[in-house]
Amino acid sequence: MPTTTPVAGMTLDVVERGKGQALLFLHAGEGLEPQKPWLDLLAAHYRVIAPAHPGYGRSELPGWMSSVEDLAYLYLDLAARMELEDAILAGACFGGWIAAEMAVRDTRRFSRLVLIDPLGIKNGGVHDRDIADMHGMPREAYMKLAWADPAKGAIDYAAMPETEIAARVRGRDAFALFGWKPYMHNPRLKRWLHRIDLPTLLLWGAQDGIVTPAYGEGWCDAIPDARLEIIPQAGHFPHWEQPEQFVDRLAAFVDGKVPS
Amino acid sequence: MRVWYFSEMAYHPAWDEGLSRGSMRVVLPNKNFDPQVGHGLLNRYLDEFALCDEVGLDIMVNKHHSTATCLTVSVSMALAILARETKRARLLSLGTPIANRPDPVRVAEEMAWLDVLSGGRLEMGLVKGAPYEIAPANSNPANLMRRYWEAHDLILKAMSTTDGPFNWEGEFFHYRNVNIWPRPLQQPTPPVWMTGLSADTGRAAAERGHVIGTLLSGAVAKPMFDTYRKRAQELGWTAGPDRFAYAAVVGVGDTREEGYRRADLAAGYVRTAPVVLEPFTNPPGYNSVGANVAMLKAGPKRGGFVLDRDGKPVDHRTATVEQFMASDTVFAGTPDDVFNQIRDFNDRIGGFGHLLFFGQGGFLDHNDTVANITLFAREVLPRLRELSPAPARTATAAVR
Repeated sequence: MPTTTPVAGMTLDVVERGKGQALLFLHAGEGLEPQKPWLDLLAAHYRVIAPAHPGYGRSELPGWMSSVEDLAYLYLDLAARMELEDAILAGACFGGWIAAEMAVRDTRRFSRLVLIDPLGIKNGGVHDRDIADMHGMPREAYMKLAWADPAKGAIDYAAMPETEIAARVRGRDAFALFGWKPYMHNPRLKRWLHRIDLPTLLLWGAQDGIVTPAYGEGWCDAIPDARLEIIPQAGHFPHWEQPEQFVDRLAAFVDGKVPS
Repeated sequence: MRVWYFSEMAYHPAWDEGLSRGSMRVVLPNKNFDPQVGHGLLNRYLDEFALCDEVGLDIMVNKHHSTATCLTVSVSMALAILARETKRARLLSLGTPIANRPDPVRVAEEMAWLDVLSGGRLEMGLVKGAPYEIAPANSNPANLMRRYWEAHDLILKAMSTTDGPFNWEGEFFHYRNVNIWPRPLQQPTPPVWMTGLSADTGRAAAERGHVIGTLLSGAVAKPMFDTYRKRAQELGWTAGPDRFAYAAVVGVGDTREEGYRRADLAAGYVRTAPVVLEPFTNPPGYNSVGANVAMLKAGPKRGGFVLDRDGKPVDHRTATVEQFMASDTVFAGTPDDVFNQIRDFNDRIGGFGHLLFFGQGGFLDHNDTVANITLFAREVLPRLRELSPAPARTATAAVR
C-alpha cells in the first residue's frame, strides 16, 4: 500500500518497496501503475520510492500548482525530506521530463540519472512536431503510436472500481494541466541540459511513435555524460512492455557496465 | 418573452465533405471553403439579421472557430456591423469564450465600444465555450474554469471601474494599468449572460444575477433553471423568467407541412454540429471527473445524444423533426402549433423569458429564412410577449 507523505505543504501518495540504494522513480503520463511488474523488479535491487504525481492516484493537486517546474521543486523537496544520498533518479515519459528539470537544478542527492523515453525538450523547428499530439488523435491511433503491442496497454474500465477510474481521470486532467502548452515540453530546457553532471542513461523503445529514438538522440547530444540504449519490441513505455530488459539495463548502467 | 433571432452563419456547402471525414471541425481543411461562395453567404446572413430589426425581433450572434458549421469568428465584428444596420433591436453576444481569449481587457474594450456604438443595446455573454473550441484556441482545458472566472471578474471590473487605472496581477492575467476607453453606456455593465447545462452553472449564475441560457437540450435545462431559482431564493431575491433563456430551432409556415419543412432544413445545423473527431469532444478537464467516469464505464460513446420527454435517447446527428420536437430541440408547424409548443415548454420548464430563435441552419435558403423570420414575428411573437411580458431591457440584476 502506498503511504501518504507530507512534502512542501501538501500530501503525496508514495509507494516504497525494497532495500538498498535509493531509486526515485517518476512515473509516465499514463500513471504510476504500482501493480505492474517493474516496480517489484526494481525493488529486487533497490529501495524504490515512487510517488504518484500531484493529481494522480491519491496525491493532492494544490490549486497553485500548474507547472513542471513546480513538480521538479516538489520532488527535490521530497528527496531532501527523505534524506536521500547517492540515489538513482529515474523517470519515464512525463516523469523523465520532471527528472531532467530536477537534474538541471540540483543533483546533490543523486549519483545516476535514467530517462526512459522522456518528453520535455524541443529539437526541431516551428513546423516540426517532435512530440506526437496525444490529445489530438483517436485513442486507437494513440495506442498504435505508443505501443509496440497495443494489446499490452489496453485498459478494461468496465471491470474497474469507480474510485480507480476517477483516479485515472484526475491523472489525465493533471497531465494536461502540466503539459498542454507548450505541448509536453519546456522550450528552454534543452539550453540547460549541459548542467546535468550525472552519468545519464537514456532508454528508448525502438517502436516509440510518441517521441522517436531520433528525438532521443537530441537528448543524448545535449547531456554531457549520456548514452542512449534502444530496447527492441517496445514503444513509448519500455518499462511496461519489456520490464525485465528495462531493469537489467538500468542495473547494468548503475553497476558501471558498458553494454557490449 | 423576448425573442432573439440567431443563425450560426453556416457554411453548408462543405457539410457533405465534413460528414464523410467524420469531422465538421478542427481537422476539415479550409480548401473546402470557397471564398466567393462565402462572400455571398456572409452578406446574405447579415441581411437576414438586419431584417429582424424591421420586424421587431432582437438579435443574437455567437461564434466558433475552424468549422464548416459557423462562419462567425468574432461576435464583436458581426455585432459592429449589426449595430449600424439596426436601430431598435437589442444585440446579444452569446458569447465570447473568455477562457480561450488571451486578453480579457481587450474583450471588455470591444464590448464597451459596441455598447456605446449601439446606444446601449448590447447584452454580453461570457461563455465557457464548447469542448471543440479548445483545439483552435489551444487553451489549456484542465484549468479552463479557473481562467474563466478570473477573466469574468476582470472584464466586469474593467467595464464598471470609472476611476482607474487599476492593477490586476492574478493567476492568469497581468496588467498594471487597466483603464478602458470607451466605457460602456449601460452602467455599471451591459447585462451579463452565461450558458450552461449543469446545476453548478445555474448556481454560479444565480450568485451573480446573470441571465443563464441553455441550447437545444430541453431535458437538461430544467435542473439548471431550478437550481438557479433555489439559489436566488436563498440569497434573498426572486429569479423571474427574464433570468432564463432557451435556444431552439423554429420552423414556422402557413401550413404545418411548410413549418416542418423549414424546421427540417434549419435543423441540419443540429445534425452536423456534433460531428467532430473524437479527441476534440472531451479534452482533459473540460468535463467533470464524475461525468468522465460515467463515460468510461459506458464504453466508447457515440455522442450527440439527448433525452426526449419520455426519457428516450435521441441522436442529434440523425434525428427527424418529430424526434427533435419530442426533445424540445425544435418547435415547428403553423404559428398556432409553434406558439402552443413554446407555451407548453414554458410551463414545463417553469417559465423562461428569452427564446433564442434558431431560424436558419444551413440549407434553409434566403426566401424561406425571410418567410420564417417574418411569419414568426407577425404571428407568434406578439402572443409570446403576452405569455410573459418582457421588461424594456434585460437589466442587470440588483444582486451585483
